[in-house]
Amino acid sequence: MNLTDSKAKLAVGGALCGVVAVLLAIFGNPGNMAICIACFIRDTAGALGMHQAAVVQYARPEIIGIVLGAFIISVVTKEYRSTAGSSPMIRFVLGIIIMIGALLFLGCPLRMVLRMAAGDLNAYVGLIGFVAGIATGIVALKQGFSLGRAHETNKMNGAVLPVLMLGILVMILMGSSLLIASEKGPGSMHAPVWLALIGGIVFGALAQKTRMCFAGSIRDIMLMKNFDLFSVIAALFGVMLIYNIATGNFHLSFSGQPVAHAQHLWNILGMYIVGLAATLAGGCPLRQLVLAGQGSSDAAVTVAGMFVGSALCHNLKLASAAAAAATAETEAVVGGPAIQGKIAGVICIVVLLIIAFAGNKRK
Amino acid sequence: MKEVDARGLSCPEPLMMTADALKNEKGPVKVLVSEVNQKMNVEKYAKSHGKTYKSREIGSEFEIIIE
Repeated sequence: MNLTDSKAKLAVGGALCGVVAVLLAIFGNPGNMAICIACFIRDTAGALGMHQAAVVQYARPEIIGIVLGAFIISVVTKEYRSTAGSSPMIRFVLGIIIMIGALLFLGCPLRMVLRMAAGDLNAYVGLIGFVAGIATGIVALKQGFSLGRAHETNKMNGAVLPVLMLGILVMILMGSSLLIASEKGPGSMHAPVWLALIGGIVFGALAQKTRMCFAGSIRDIMLMKNFDLFSVIAALFGVMLIYNIATGNFHLSFSGQPVAHAQHLWNILGMYIVGLAATLAGGCPLRQLVLAGQGSSDAAVTVAGMFVGSALCHNLKLASAAAAAATAETEAVVGGPAIQGKIAGVICIVVLLIIAFAGNKRK
Repeated sequence: MKEVDARGLSCPEPLMMTADALKNEKGPVKVLVSEVNQKMNVEKYAKSHGKTYKSREIGSEFEIIIE
């Protein structure tokens, strides 16, 4: 079934993804984090011991489900194509950079939209940076930026990431003691495994069919005045907004928001990094997972970069801290990045501008 | 016939190349892409710009002729 031939069908696809997000929120995922690609890759990296941040370690079945959902639907609809060879190491670096930017802001573009739907004004500030990053990427594209062609490869090559994800799933289902699970903090908050897995599969399949992409939606409006992809995101936003208002979770404010900070400059720069890097990589973190599921090794390498990037963020303490009010035992935390996070952010922007404007031209 | 070979390229390059070709070319334009969604994007673009198109599958790739 073709979901992309009308905005109404695309919106239905986006709304169904919103319903999945609502279920995941109701059944235990962290506040304003019903589903977040950056956070959940980071949690999964933690579960595998790639970093030791004790509050964000949990193998998220949603990530596994999204890759497998995209894989299954693309095989069934004959869209699965095993491809590779479009500047893989640059894509690996883009994956790392996407993660550093996302963890400066505290969320991928998907979580930014979920936070916006809950009234978190910091996410609207982040959106300014995200749009500016995409605009910078469009300037590069108009000047002929390209990471080059991917070519078809042996069918098995494209299935490597889905199989690795399946491996983590087997460990989860067997209750493997090798996987680390947080006892407190966001990593300890999660929907039941089966709901998270099925929700992820449905989300991944719908994202594959609708071509859902947060960077692509804004890029297409700015570049082509095309609102198709935007209609998917708008519907997802609408469903989450209704849910938040109906359940009293909508609070229009900068402070008191779950897993967020109000350092405006770093919210803007964090999402600027994500917007630019995602435009150069041809899609947001969610789209990278979906493309990896449908056989793109280049996207799979970007996902691998995101895993490594999330580990770097916590091992080197580049990730922002969430703001927190004072309690009887602890003082208030302003939140935001430490000095090393700020330096990393500036380095990321310089590296992105070099990738975008120095030499990666369409031949 | 002007040929746009966008096989293997990431979004939105195939569409940008098609748009450029249609802007500069009076006659028909042949576009080659690898992915189904890129084929559909090119078709949609042609349709929304008042052009007719014919598509066919060649192996695992696609050819769209826009007139």
